[in-house]
Amino acid sequence: MGGRRVRDGLLRGALWASGVLTCALLAFLIGFVLWRGLGHVSWGLLTGQRSYLNHTDGIFPNILNTLYMILFTLAAALPVGVGAAVYLTEYAPAGPWTSAIEFAAETLAGIPSILYGLVGMLFFVRLLRLGTGVVSGGLTLAVMILPVVLRTTQEALKAVPRSYREGAMGLGAGRWRTVYTVVLPGAAQGIVTGCILSVGRIVGESAALLFTAGTAARAAGLLRALHTPSATLSVSLYVYANEYGDLDTAMAIAAVLLLITLAINLLAARTGRRLDRQKGGE
Amino acid sequence: MDAVLSTHRLSLWYGTNQALKGVSLDVPAHRVTALIGPSGCGKSTFLKTLNRMHELVPGVRVEGEVLYRGRSIFDPALDVTALRRQVGMVFQKANPFPMSVYDNIAYGPRTHGIRRRGELDAIVERSLRAAAIWDEVKDRLRKSALSLSGGQQQRVCIARALAVEPDVLLMDEATSALDPISTSRIEELITELKRSYTIVIVTHNMQQAARVSDRCAFFLQGELVEAGDTGRLFSMPGDRRTEDYITGRFG
Repeated sequence: MGGRRVRDGLLRGALWASGVLTCALLAFLIGFVLWRGLGHVSWGLLTGQRSYLNHTDGIFPNILNTLYMILFTLAAALPVGVGAAVYLTEYAPAGPWTSAIEFAAETLAGIPSILYGLVGMLFFVRLLRLGTGVVSGGLTLAVMILPVVLRTTQEALKAVPRSYREGAMGLGAGRWRTVYTVVLPGAAQGIVTGCILSVGRIVGESAALLFTAGTAARAAGLLRALHTPSATLSVSLYVYANEYGDLDTAMAIAAVLLLITLAINLLAARTGRRLDRQKGGE
Repeated sequence: MDAVLSTHRLSLWYGTNQALKGVSLDVPAHRVTALIGPSGCGKSTFLKTLNRMHELVPGVRVEGEVLYRGRSIFDPALDVTALRRQVGMVFQKANPFPMSVYDNIAYGPRTHGIRRRGELDAIVERSLRAAAIWDEVKDRLRKSALSLSGGQQQRVCIARALAVEPDVLLMDEATSALDPISTSRIEELITELKRSYTIVIVTHNMQQAARVSDRCAFFLQGELVEAGDTGRLFSMPGDRRTEDYITGRFG
Protein backbone atom coordinates (compact mmCIF):
# COMPACT_ATOMS: atom_id res chain seq x y z
CA MET A 1 0.00 0.00 0.00
CA GLY A 2 2.68 2.42 1.04
CA GLY A 3 4.74 1.80 -2.12
CA ARG A 4 1.79 2.51 -4.39
CA ARG A 5 1.04 5.72 -2.51
CA VAL A 6 4.60 6.95 -2.96
CA ARG A 7 4.62 6.00 -6.63
CA ASP A 8 1.30 7.75 -7.23
CA GLY A 9 2.60 10.80 -5.42
CA LEU A 10 5.79 10.90 -7.48
CA LEU A 11 3.91 10.43 -10.72
CA ARG A 12 1.45 13.16 -9.87
CA GLY A 13 4.31 15.44 -8.93
CA ALA A 14 6.06 14.79 -12.25
CA LEU A 15 2.88 15.51 -14.21
CA TRP A 16 2.30 18.66 -12.23
CA ALA A 17 5.87 19.79 -12.88
CA SER A 18 5.48 19.21 -16.64
CA GLY A 19 2.33 21.29 -16.64
CA VAL A 20 3.96 24.09 -14.71
CA LEU A 21 7.01 24.00 -16.98
CA THR A 22 4.83 24.34 -20.08
CA CYS A 23 3.02 27.35 -18.65
CA ALA A 24 6.27 28.85 -17.43
CA LEU A 25 7.90 28.54 -20.87
CA LEU A 26 4.97 30.28 -22.52
CA ALA A 27 4.90 33.00 -19.91
CA PHE A 28 8.66 33.50 -20.23
CA LEU A 29 8.55 33.72 -24.02
CA ILE A 30 5.67 36.16 -24.07
CA GLY A 31 7.12 38.15 -21.22
CA PHE A 32 10.58 38.35 -22.76
CA VAL A 33 9.39 39.38 -26.22
CA LEU A 34 6.99 41.98 -24.88
CA TRP A 35 9.55 43.32 -22.40
CA ARG A 36 12.29 43.64 -25.02
CA GLY A 37 9.99 44.66 -27.89
CA LEU A 38 7.10 46.78 -26.66
CA GLY A 39 9.40 49.64 -25.68
CA HIS A 40 10.43 50.02 -29.31
CA VAL A 41 6.94 49.89 -30.74
CA SER A 42 5.92 53.42 -31.54
CA TRP A 43 3.24 55.07 -33.62
CA GLY A 44 5.92 56.15 -36.04
CA LEU A 45 7.15 52.58 -36.45
CA LEU A 46 3.66 51.23 -37.07
CA THR A 47 2.68 53.88 -39.61
CA GLY A 48 6.00 54.77 -41.27
CA GLN A 49 8.27 53.08 -43.74
CA ARG A 50 12.00 52.57 -43.93
CA SER A 51 13.81 55.09 -46.06
CA TYR A 52 17.54 55.77 -46.33
CA LEU A 53 16.89 59.18 -47.84
CA ASN A 54 14.58 60.42 -45.14
CA HIS A 55 16.23 58.40 -42.35
CA THR A 56 12.88 56.98 -41.28
CA ASP A 57 12.06 53.52 -40.07
CA GLY A 58 8.73 51.78 -40.11
CA ILE A 59 6.85 48.61 -40.70
CA PHE A 60 3.64 49.98 -42.18
CA PRO A 61 4.35 48.39 -45.59
CA ASN A 62 4.97 45.04 -43.90
CA ILE A 63 1.65 45.22 -42.07
CA LEU A 64 -0.07 45.95 -45.37
CA ASN A 65 1.78 43.12 -47.11
CA THR A 66 0.82 40.70 -44.36
CA LEU A 67 -2.81 41.65 -44.89
CA TYR A 68 -2.52 41.20 -48.67
CA MET A 69 -0.83 37.88 -48.16
CA ILE A 70 -3.63 36.63 -45.88
CA LEU A 71 -6.33 37.68 -48.33
CA PHE A 72 -4.62 36.31 -51.40
CA THR A 73 -3.60 33.01 -49.82
CA LEU A 74 -7.03 32.31 -48.36
CA ALA A 75 -8.70 33.25 -51.64
CA ALA A 76 -6.51 30.70 -53.40
CA ALA A 77 -6.55 27.91 -50.81
CA LEU A 78 -10.10 27.99 -49.43
CA PRO A 79 -12.11 27.05 -52.53
CA VAL A 80 -9.72 24.25 -53.43
CA GLY A 81 -9.34 22.92 -49.89
CA VAL A 82 -13.04 23.03 -49.00
CA GLY A 83 -13.98 21.69 -52.44
CA ALA A 84 -11.59 18.77 -52.13
CA ALA A 85 -12.82 18.01 -48.62
CA VAL A 86 -16.46 18.01 -49.77
CA TYR A 87 -15.57 15.75 -52.66
CA LEU A 88 -13.67 13.33 -50.44
CA THR A 89 -16.24 13.12 -47.64
CA GLU A 90 -19.53 13.50 -49.48
CA TYR A 91 -19.03 12.18 -53.00
CA ALA A 92 -16.09 9.85 -53.42
CA PRO A 93 -16.68 6.34 -52.12
CA ALA A 94 -14.09 5.55 -49.46
CA GLY A 95 -11.33 3.51 -51.04
CA PRO A 96 -7.69 3.53 -52.17
CA TRP A 97 -8.20 6.76 -54.11
CA THR A 98 -9.49 8.74 -51.13
CA SER A 99 -6.89 7.35 -48.75
CA ALA A 100 -4.17 8.23 -51.29
CA ILE A 101 -5.38 11.85 -51.30
CA GLU A 102 -5.55 11.94 -47.53
CA PHE A 103 -2.07 10.45 -47.25
CA ALA A 104 -0.77 13.04 -49.73
CA ALA A 105 -2.30 15.81 -47.64
CA GLU A 106 -0.75 14.49 -44.45
CA THR A 107 2.66 14.27 -46.09
CA LEU A 108 2.33 17.70 -47.64
CA ALA A 109 1.64 19.09 -44.17
CA GLY A 110 4.89 17.67 -42.83
CA ILE A 111 7.27 19.09 -45.44
CA PRO A 112 9.60 21.86 -44.13
CA SER A 113 8.46 25.26 -45.29
CA ILE A 114 11.82 26.28 -46.77
CA LEU A 115 11.26 23.53 -49.32
CA TYR A 116 7.98 25.11 -50.33
CA GLY A 117 9.87 28.38 -50.71
CA LEU A 118 12.46 26.85 -52.98
CA VAL A 119 9.96 25.04 -55.19
CA GLY A 120 7.70 28.10 -55.17
CA MET A 121 10.55 30.26 -56.42
CA LEU A 122 11.50 27.85 -59.18
CA PHE A 123 7.90 27.23 -60.25
CA PHE A 124 5.88 30.39 -59.64
CA VAL A 125 8.62 33.03 -59.88
CA ARG A 126 10.86 31.59 -62.59
CA LEU A 127 8.84 29.13 -64.63
CA LEU A 128 5.50 30.95 -64.60
CA ARG A 129 7.24 34.35 -64.48
CA LEU A 130 4.87 35.68 -61.82
CA GLY A 131 7.65 37.74 -60.27
CA THR A 132 8.58 38.04 -56.64
CA GLY A 133 5.56 39.35 -54.77
CA VAL A 134 2.21 38.59 -53.20
CA VAL A 135 1.08 36.35 -56.08
CA SER A 136 4.06 33.98 -55.97
CA GLY A 137 4.27 34.11 -52.17
CA GLY A 138 0.53 33.67 -51.76
CA LEU A 139 0.36 30.73 -54.14
CA THR A 140 3.27 29.08 -52.34
CA LEU A 141 1.56 29.57 -48.99
CA ALA A 142 -1.73 28.37 -50.46
CA VAL A 143 -0.10 25.05 -51.38
CA MET A 144 1.37 24.94 -47.90
CA ILE A 145 -1.88 25.52 -45.99
CA LEU A 146 -4.01 23.43 -48.34
CA PRO A 147 -3.58 20.30 -46.18
CA VAL A 148 -4.64 22.25 -43.08
CA VAL A 149 -7.78 23.55 -44.78
CA LEU A 150 -8.51 20.13 -46.29
CA ARG A 151 -8.09 18.17 -43.08
CA THR A 152 -9.93 20.56 -40.77
CA THR A 153 -12.80 20.82 -43.25
CA GLN A 154 -12.94 17.05 -43.60
CA GLU A 155 -13.04 16.59 -39.84
CA ALA A 156 -15.79 19.19 -39.60
CA LEU A 157 -17.82 17.51 -42.34
CA LYS A 158 -17.44 14.11 -40.72
CA ALA A 159 -18.69 15.54 -37.44
CA VAL A 160 -22.01 16.57 -39.02
CA PRO A 161 -24.50 13.91 -37.86
CA ARG A 162 -25.52 11.38 -40.49
CA SER A 163 -29.11 11.96 -39.47
CA TYR A 164 -29.01 15.46 -41.03
CA ARG A 165 -28.03 13.99 -44.37
CA GLU A 166 -30.69 11.30 -44.08
CA GLY A 167 -33.29 13.91 -43.18
CA ALA A 168 -32.47 16.06 -46.20
CA MET A 169 -32.25 13.18 -48.63
CA GLY A 170 -35.43 11.67 -47.22
CA LEU A 171 -37.20 14.88 -48.26
CA GLY A 172 -35.94 14.44 -51.80
CA ALA A 173 -32.92 16.74 -51.64
CA GLY A 174 -30.13 15.75 -54.03
CA ARG A 175 -26.59 15.30 -52.83
CA TRP A 176 -25.40 18.79 -53.69
CA ARG A 177 -28.45 20.45 -52.10
CA THR A 178 -27.93 18.34 -48.99
CA VAL A 179 -24.29 19.40 -48.80
CA TYR A 180 -25.02 23.03 -49.50
CA THR A 181 -27.99 23.56 -47.18
CA VAL A 182 -27.35 21.17 -44.31
CA VAL A 183 -23.85 19.72 -44.23
CA LEU A 184 -21.73 22.81 -44.97
CA PRO A 185 -23.60 25.06 -42.51
CA GLY A 186 -23.21 22.31 -39.93
CA ALA A 187 -19.49 22.24 -40.60
CA ALA A 188 -19.06 26.02 -40.71
CA GLN A 189 -17.51 26.18 -37.27
CA GLY A 190 -14.75 23.75 -38.13
CA ILE A 191 -14.09 25.42 -41.46
CA VAL A 192 -13.81 28.84 -39.85
CA THR A 193 -11.50 27.46 -37.21
CA GLY A 194 -9.34 25.96 -39.96
CA CYS A 195 -9.23 29.35 -41.69
CA ILE A 196 -8.14 31.12 -38.55
CA LEU A 197 -5.42 28.57 -37.92
CA SER A 198 -4.32 29.05 -41.53
CA VAL A 199 -4.16 32.80 -41.00
CA GLY A 200 -1.88 32.08 -38.07
CA ARG A 201 0.44 30.11 -40.32
CA ILE A 202 0.41 32.80 -43.01
CA VAL A 203 1.24 35.50 -40.50
CA GLY A 204 4.00 33.42 -38.95
CA GLU A 205 5.61 32.07 -42.10
CA SER A 206 8.97 33.43 -43.20
CA ALA A 207 11.05 30.68 -44.82
CA ALA A 208 8.62 29.98 -47.65
CA LEU A 209 8.29 33.68 -48.41
CA LEU A 210 11.96 34.72 -48.49
CA PHE A 211 12.40 33.50 -52.07
CA THR A 212 8.87 34.02 -53.32
CA ALA A 213 7.54 37.27 -51.88
CA GLY A 214 10.84 39.09 -51.45
CA THR A 215 12.38 41.05 -48.64
CA ALA A 216 11.78 44.63 -49.80
CA ALA A 217 8.90 46.64 -48.43
CA ARG A 218 7.30 49.69 -49.95
CA ALA A 219 3.79 50.75 -49.05
CA ALA A 220 1.83 49.97 -52.17
CA GLY A 221 -1.67 49.18 -53.31
CA LEU A 222 -2.66 45.54 -53.62
CA LEU A 223 -2.39 45.51 -57.42
CA ARG A 224 1.18 46.75 -57.33
CA ALA A 225 2.15 44.49 -54.45
CA LEU A 226 1.01 41.44 -56.38
CA HIS A 227 4.11 41.38 -58.53
CA THR A 228 6.70 43.46 -56.64
CA PRO A 229 8.76 42.30 -53.68
CA SER A 230 6.57 42.61 -50.61
CA ALA A 231 7.95 41.46 -47.29
CA THR A 232 5.46 40.46 -44.62
CA LEU A 233 6.03 41.17 -40.93
CA SER A 234 7.73 37.83 -40.30
CA VAL A 235 10.06 38.27 -43.25
CA SER A 236 10.90 41.79 -42.16
CA LEU A 237 11.72 40.50 -38.71
CA TYR A 238 14.37 38.32 -40.33
CA VAL A 239 15.60 41.16 -42.50
CA TYR A 240 15.89 43.61 -39.62
CA ALA A 241 17.65 41.13 -37.39
CA ASN A 242 19.92 39.58 -39.99
CA GLU A 243 20.62 42.20 -42.63
CA TYR A 244 20.26 45.51 -40.82
CA GLY A 245 21.48 44.14 -37.48
CA ASP A 246 18.74 46.22 -35.89
CA LEU A 247 17.69 43.99 -33.01
CA ASP A 248 15.56 46.63 -31.32
CA THR A 249 13.27 46.98 -34.31
CA ALA A 250 13.31 43.21 -34.77
CA MET A 251 12.11 42.77 -31.20
CA ALA A 252 9.44 45.41 -31.77
CA ILE A 253 8.20 43.47 -34.79
CA ALA A 254 8.32 40.30 -32.72
CA ALA A 255 6.10 41.92 -30.13
CA VAL A 256 3.61 43.02 -32.78
CA LEU A 257 3.60 39.52 -34.30
CA LEU A 258 3.08 37.96 -30.91
CA LEU A 259 0.11 40.18 -30.19
CA ILE A 260 -1.40 39.36 -33.58
CA THR A 261 -0.92 35.63 -32.98
CA LEU A 262 -2.52 35.83 -29.55
CA ALA A 263 -5.44 37.75 -31.04
CA ILE A 264 -5.88 35.11 -33.74
CA ASN A 265 -5.88 32.28 -31.21
CA LEU A 266 -8.41 34.04 -29.02
CA LEU A 267 -10.55 34.71 -32.08
CA ALA A 268 -10.42 31.05 -33.07
CA ALA A 269 -11.52 29.96 -29.62
CA ARG A 270 -14.32 32.53 -29.50
CA THR A 271 -15.61 31.77 -32.98
CA GLY A 272 -15.77 28.12 -32.08
CA ARG A 273 -17.85 28.84 -28.99
CA ARG A 274 -20.13 31.34 -30.74
CA LEU A 275 -20.96 29.00 -33.61
CA ASP A 276 -21.49 26.23 -31.09
CA ARG A 277 -24.17 28.26 -29.39
CA GLN A 278 -25.82 29.13 -32.70
CA LYS A 279 -26.25 25.48 -33.48
CA GLY A 280 -28.17 25.07 -30.26
CA GLY A 281 -25.40 23.27 -28.47
CA GLU A 282 -25.66 19.92 -30.20
CA MET B 1 -58.01 -3.10 -51.75
CA ASP B 2 -55.48 -1.12 -53.80
CA ALA B 3 -51.84 -1.64 -52.97
CA VAL B 4 -49.92 1.64 -53.03
CA LEU B 5 -46.62 -0.11 -52.54
CA SER B 6 -45.93 -3.73 -53.24
CA THR B 7 -42.76 -5.73 -53.12
CA HIS B 8 -42.07 -8.96 -54.99
CA ARG B 9 -39.38 -11.35 -53.82
CA LEU B 10 -37.32 -8.48 -52.46
CA SER B 11 -33.88 -9.52 -51.25
CA LEU B 12 -31.14 -7.27 -49.93
CA TRP B 13 -27.51 -7.77 -49.00
CA TYR B 14 -25.17 -5.61 -46.94
CA GLY B 15 -21.91 -6.83 -48.43
CA THR B 16 -22.23 -10.60 -48.12
CA ASN B 17 -24.74 -10.49 -45.30
CA GLN B 18 -28.28 -11.09 -46.51
CA ALA B 19 -30.72 -8.88 -44.62
CA LEU B 20 -33.91 -9.53 -46.61
CA LYS B 21 -34.92 -12.87 -48.12
CA GLY B 22 -37.49 -12.72 -50.88
CA VAL B 23 -40.06 -10.52 -49.16
CA SER B 24 -43.38 -10.04 -50.95
CA LEU B 25 -45.80 -7.64 -49.28
CA ASP B 26 -48.62 -5.32 -50.33
CA VAL B 27 -49.18 -2.01 -48.56
CA PRO B 28 -52.83 -0.95 -48.90
CA ALA B 29 -53.90 2.69 -49.29
CA HIS B 30 -55.12 4.68 -46.29
CA ARG B 31 -54.22 2.01 -43.83
CA VAL B 32 -51.53 1.80 -41.19
CA THR B 33 -49.27 -1.15 -41.86
CA ALA B 34 -47.01 -2.15 -38.96
CA LEU B 35 -43.78 -4.06 -39.49
CA ILE B 36 -42.93 -6.05 -36.37
CA GLY B 37 -40.27 -8.50 -35.35
CA PRO B 38 -37.20 -8.82 -33.14
CA SER B 39 -34.08 -6.63 -33.57
CA GLY B 40 -32.14 -7.42 -36.70
CA CYS B 41 -35.10 -9.12 -38.40
CA GLY B 42 -34.89 -6.77 -41.40
CA LYS B 43 -38.01 -4.68 -40.79
CA SER B 44 -36.14 -1.33 -40.76
CA THR B 45 -34.12 -2.35 -43.79
CA PHE B 46 -37.33 -3.27 -45.59
CA LEU B 47 -38.84 0.12 -44.70
CA LYS B 48 -35.80 2.02 -46.00
CA THR B 49 -35.91 0.15 -49.28
CA LEU B 50 -39.42 1.46 -49.95
CA ASN B 51 -38.08 4.91 -50.83
CA ARG B 52 -34.57 3.80 -51.71
CA MET B 53 -32.99 5.26 -48.58
CA HIS B 54 -31.04 1.99 -48.29
CA GLU B 55 -28.82 3.34 -51.06
CA LEU B 56 -27.11 5.66 -48.56
CA VAL B 57 -25.42 2.58 -47.09
CA PRO B 58 -22.26 1.71 -49.01
CA GLY B 59 -21.98 -1.82 -50.41
CA VAL B 60 -25.70 -2.58 -50.44
CA ARG B 61 -27.26 -4.76 -53.16
CA VAL B 62 -30.89 -5.45 -53.97
CA GLU B 63 -32.73 -8.09 -55.97
CA GLY B 64 -36.45 -8.34 -56.64
CA GLU B 65 -38.97 -5.63 -57.23
CA VAL B 66 -40.67 -2.75 -55.44
CA LEU B 67 -43.66 -1.19 -57.19
CA TYR B 68 -44.99 2.20 -56.20
CA ARG B 69 -48.42 2.71 -57.75
CA GLY B 70 -47.58 0.06 -60.27
CA ARG B 71 -44.21 1.42 -61.31
CA SER B 72 -40.83 -0.02 -60.40
CA ILE B 73 -38.93 2.28 -58.04
CA PHE B 74 -35.66 0.83 -59.37
CA ASP B 75 -36.48 1.96 -62.91
CA PRO B 76 -33.35 3.88 -64.05
CA ALA B 77 -35.59 6.52 -65.60
CA LEU B 78 -37.29 7.16 -62.25
CA ASP B 79 -36.25 10.30 -60.40
CA VAL B 80 -35.35 9.28 -56.86
CA THR B 81 -36.03 12.85 -55.71
CA ALA B 82 -39.61 12.58 -56.92
CA LEU B 83 -39.98 9.15 -55.32
CA ARG B 84 -38.84 10.43 -51.93
CA ARG B 85 -41.20 13.34 -52.24
CA GLN B 86 -44.07 10.86 -52.69
CA VAL B 87 -42.81 8.38 -50.13
CA GLY B 88 -41.61 10.39 -47.14
CA MET B 89 -39.78 9.19 -44.08
CA VAL B 90 -39.70 9.88 -40.34
CA PHE B 91 -36.68 8.53 -38.53
CA GLN B 92 -36.20 6.73 -35.25
CA LYS B 93 -34.41 9.59 -33.60
CA ALA B 94 -35.89 13.02 -34.20
CA ASN B 95 -33.50 14.74 -36.59
CA PRO B 96 -34.56 18.34 -37.06
CA PHE B 97 -31.97 20.39 -38.92
CA PRO B 98 -30.07 22.94 -36.82
CA MET B 99 -32.23 25.78 -38.11
CA SER B 100 -35.48 27.44 -37.14
CA VAL B 101 -38.75 25.52 -36.90
CA TYR B 102 -39.99 27.45 -39.92
CA ASP B 103 -36.95 26.64 -42.05
CA ASN B 104 -37.18 22.99 -41.08
CA ILE B 105 -40.73 22.73 -42.38
CA ALA B 106 -39.98 24.86 -45.44
CA TYR B 107 -36.91 22.79 -46.32
CA GLY B 108 -38.75 20.21 -48.42
CA PRO B 109 -40.99 22.65 -50.31
CA ARG B 110 -37.98 24.87 -51.03
CA THR B 111 -36.06 21.84 -52.28
CA HIS B 112 -38.88 21.25 -54.72
CA GLY B 113 -38.83 24.82 -55.96
CA ILE B 114 -41.44 26.66 -53.89
CA ARG B 115 -40.02 30.10 -53.09
CA ARG B 116 -43.01 32.40 -52.64
CA ARG B 117 -43.26 33.63 -49.10
CA GLY B 118 -47.04 33.47 -48.78
CA GLU B 119 -47.17 29.97 -50.15
CA LEU B 120 -44.44 28.79 -47.77
CA ASP B 121 -46.18 30.41 -44.80
CA ALA B 122 -49.36 28.53 -45.66
CA ILE B 123 -47.54 25.21 -46.06
CA VAL B 124 -45.71 25.65 -42.76
CA GLU B 125 -48.91 26.35 -40.84
CA ARG B 126 -50.86 23.56 -42.54
CA SER B 127 -48.09 21.01 -41.92
CA LEU B 128 -47.61 21.96 -38.29
CA ARG B 129 -51.37 21.76 -37.72
CA ALA B 130 -51.51 18.36 -39.39
CA ALA B 131 -48.74 17.15 -37.08
CA ALA B 132 -50.66 18.49 -34.06
CA ILE B 133 -47.91 20.83 -32.94
CA TRP B 134 -48.98 24.20 -34.34
CA ASP B 135 -50.33 25.50 -31.01
CA GLU B 136 -47.09 24.65 -29.23
CA VAL B 137 -44.72 26.27 -31.71
CA LYS B 138 -46.68 29.00 -33.48
CA ASP B 139 -45.03 31.69 -31.33
CA ARG B 140 -41.54 30.29 -31.79
CA LEU B 141 -41.34 29.55 -35.50
CA ARG B 142 -38.11 31.55 -35.68
CA LYS B 143 -36.51 29.69 -32.78
CA SER B 144 -34.12 26.81 -33.34
CA ALA B 145 -35.93 23.50 -33.70
CA LEU B 146 -33.27 22.03 -31.44
CA SER B 147 -34.65 24.05 -28.52
CA LEU B 148 -37.85 21.95 -28.52
CA SER B 149 -38.42 18.83 -26.41
CA GLY B 150 -37.82 15.40 -27.91
CA GLY B 151 -41.51 14.73 -28.51
CA GLN B 152 -41.99 18.15 -30.08
CA GLN B 153 -38.94 17.64 -32.27
CA GLN B 154 -40.36 14.37 -33.57
CA ARG B 155 -43.68 16.02 -34.42
CA VAL B 156 -41.76 18.81 -36.18
CA CYS B 157 -40.04 16.08 -38.19
CA ILE B 158 -43.42 14.59 -39.04
CA ALA B 159 -44.62 18.06 -40.09
CA ARG B 160 -41.47 18.45 -42.17
CA ALA B 161 -42.24 15.19 -43.94
CA LEU B 162 -45.87 16.23 -44.50
CA ALA B 163 -44.85 19.60 -45.95
CA VAL B 164 -43.93 18.05 -49.29
CA GLU B 165 -47.41 16.50 -49.48
CA PRO B 166 -46.34 12.90 -49.66
CA ASP B 167 -48.57 10.02 -50.57
CA VAL B 168 -46.98 7.52 -48.21
CA LEU B 169 -45.32 8.11 -44.85
CA LEU B 170 -42.70 5.67 -43.59
CA MET B 171 -42.04 5.83 -39.85
CA ASP B 172 -39.03 3.99 -38.47
CA GLU B 173 -39.65 3.39 -34.75
CA ALA B 174 -40.64 7.01 -34.55
CA THR B 175 -41.66 6.83 -30.89
CA SER B 176 -38.98 4.55 -29.47
CA ALA B 177 -36.97 7.44 -28.04
CA LEU B 178 -39.97 9.26 -26.56
CA ASP B 179 -41.75 9.32 -23.22
CA PRO B 180 -45.22 7.72 -22.88
CA ILE B 181 -47.14 10.99 -23.22
CA SER B 182 -45.33 12.03 -26.38
CA THR B 183 -45.74 8.49 -27.69
CA SER B 184 -49.49 8.50 -27.23
CA ARG B 185 -49.76 11.91 -28.93
CA ILE B 186 -47.92 10.56 -31.94
CA GLU B 187 -50.03 7.42 -31.96
CA GLU B 188 -53.17 9.56 -32.03
CA LEU B 189 -51.57 11.55 -34.81
CA ILE B 190 -50.90 8.40 -36.86
CA THR B 191 -54.54 7.42 -36.56
CA GLU B 192 -55.52 10.89 -37.76
CA LEU B 193 -53.06 10.92 -40.63
CA LYS B 194 -54.18 7.65 -42.20
CA ARG B 195 -57.25 9.41 -43.54
CA SER B 196 -55.00 11.40 -45.87
CA TYR B 197 -51.91 9.22 -46.13
CA THR B 198 -50.83 5.64 -46.42
CA ILE B 199 -48.64 4.84 -43.46
CA VAL B 200 -46.04 2.16 -42.79
CA ILE B 201 -44.52 2.00 -39.31
CA VAL B 202 -41.76 -0.09 -37.83
CA THR B 203 -42.27 -0.79 -34.15
CA HIS B 204 -40.80 -2.86 -31.38
CA ASN B 205 -43.82 -2.32 -29.26
CA MET B 206 -46.55 -4.96 -29.67
CA GLN B 207 -49.14 -2.86 -27.87
CA GLN B 208 -48.40 0.00 -30.25
CA ALA B 209 -48.80 -2.24 -33.28
CA ALA B 210 -52.10 -3.51 -31.88
CA ARG B 211 -53.32 0.02 -31.07
CA VAL B 212 -52.53 1.88 -34.26
CA SER B 213 -52.15 -0.56 -37.14
CA ASP B 214 -54.74 -2.05 -39.47
CA ARG B 215 -52.36 -4.57 -40.94
CA CYS B 216 -49.34 -6.23 -39.48
CA ALA B 217 -46.35 -7.93 -41.06
CA PHE B 218 -44.12 -10.13 -38.92
CA PHE B 219 -40.46 -10.39 -39.92
CA LEU B 220 -37.92 -12.90 -38.65
CA GLN B 221 -34.30 -13.21 -39.76
CA GLY B 222 -34.91 -11.38 -43.01
CA GLU B 223 -38.04 -13.32 -43.94
CA LEU B 224 -41.63 -12.20 -43.91
CA VAL B 225 -43.26 -14.87 -41.77
CA GLU B 226 -46.81 -13.68 -42.18
CA ALA B 227 -48.89 -10.61 -42.84
CA GLY B 228 -52.56 -9.89 -42.32
CA ASP B 229 -55.17 -7.83 -40.52
CA THR B 230 -53.85 -6.81 -37.14
CA GLY B 231 -56.85 -8.15 -35.22
CA ARG B 232 -56.59 -11.51 -36.91
CA LEU B 233 -52.81 -11.71 -36.58
CA PHE B 234 -52.90 -11.00 -32.87
CA SER B 235 -55.87 -13.29 -32.09
CA MET B 236 -55.19 -16.15 -34.47
CA PRO B 237 -51.62 -16.09 -35.69
CA GLY B 238 -51.18 -18.50 -38.59
CA ASP B 239 -47.61 -19.39 -37.78
CA ARG B 240 -46.19 -20.78 -34.60
CA ARG B 241 -43.26 -18.31 -34.66
CA THR B 242 -45.64 -15.36 -34.88
CA GLU B 243 -47.56 -16.64 -31.90
CA ASP B 244 -44.36 -17.11 -29.90
CA TYR B 245 -43.24 -13.59 -30.69
CA ILE B 246 -46.47 -11.72 -29.98
CA THR B 247 -47.01 -13.59 -26.76
CA GLY B 248 -43.57 -12.53 -25.66
CA ARG B 249 -41.82 -15.87 -25.73
CA PHE B 250 -38.85 -14.33 -27.51
CA GLY B 251 -37.81 -11.00 -28.88
